[in-house]
Amino acid sequence: MGLVLPLADLTLPQTVPYLGWAWDDLLFLVLAGILLAAALFVVIGRDIVRSGLAMILAFGALAGIYALTGTVLLAAAQVLIYIGAISVLILFAIMLTQSKAGPAKLVFHRQAWAGAVAAIGLAVLLITALLNTDWPLSVADRLWSATSRIALLLFQDSLYVFALQVVAVLLTAAVIGGVFLAKREESPDPGERETDILQPVSPPATANTAETP
Amino acid sequence: MSHSLDAYLVLSALLFSIGTFGFLARRNAIAMLMSIELMLNAVNLAAVAFGAFTPQLQAHAALIALLVMAVAAAEATVGLAIVIAIFRNRRTPLVDEYSSMRE
Repeated sequence: MGLVLPLADLTLPQTVPYLGWAWDDLLFLVLAGILLAAALFVVIGRDIVRSGLAMILAFGALAGIYALTGTVLLAAAQVLIYIGAISVLILFAIMLTQSKAGPAKLVFHRQAWAGAVAAIGLAVLLITALLNTDWPLSVADRLWSATSRIALLLFQDSLYVFALQVVAVLLTAAVIGGVFLAKREESPDPGERETDILQPVSPPATANTAETP
Repeated sequence: MSHSLDAYLVLSALLFSIGTFGFLARRNAIAMLMSIELMLNAVNLAAVAFGAFTPQLQAHAALIALLVMAVAAAEATVGLAIVIAIFRNRRTPLVDEYSSMRE
């Protein structure tokens, strides 16, 4: 589906020059490349703060892919929820749990090779399974989704009303539980209360020896 | 390429596998939570891709993805609160230092 611009002079050629691809194919490839590269950096990056920032990039690329599939509501929700809320939450948690010893030299477990083998095996298994499956599709091309149908499905057809209420209760419980878990406990020892999380006490000796490879 | 379902599903499978590797291999608890977020995003992408190519499932897929996003937000909240609570006691975010849970 070609891009429609208001000015006739600015209409793009139907395909990418010199390559012959459609424009949305090029967009898909660029977004998928950014997504996979950022996701790889999240899992293998040594500095966890940079991993958190790369995760924001991955979420943004995924929002672009959602927009490419025609689900614009989800693209907006991805930006609001993931980039706006979850990323900020994770970055704050990273900064709260930085110990004074600095980032650990050893970011992976000793058994990381087994995890790599399992992940590659899972990828090969999934890709062979889904490429050899004949999906019963009723259209050959993407459709643009109407947001009003999502609203009708959510609130009128009473199919997802129960799920909506469960999610509402879950979010409330998560907020209360998060506050309760992260709340500073009242210590009977008054000297104990002076130790702030921003000024951590020296870590135990076992932690120091384990952090050096 | 962006007009075929297989491209989206392969991308989703690759993203899920990257998240699996991160969850299995990272020592930092927050990095493990970030890997879980990547896996949830991969599942969302698969659901949205199926919905984009099937008219009967279109609104359902978007709705399921929205519900998954809400559950992911709740999971991140509770998971990070637990990590911070453990960090306050153990002074480390590395999961292999949490060996006292083993006994």
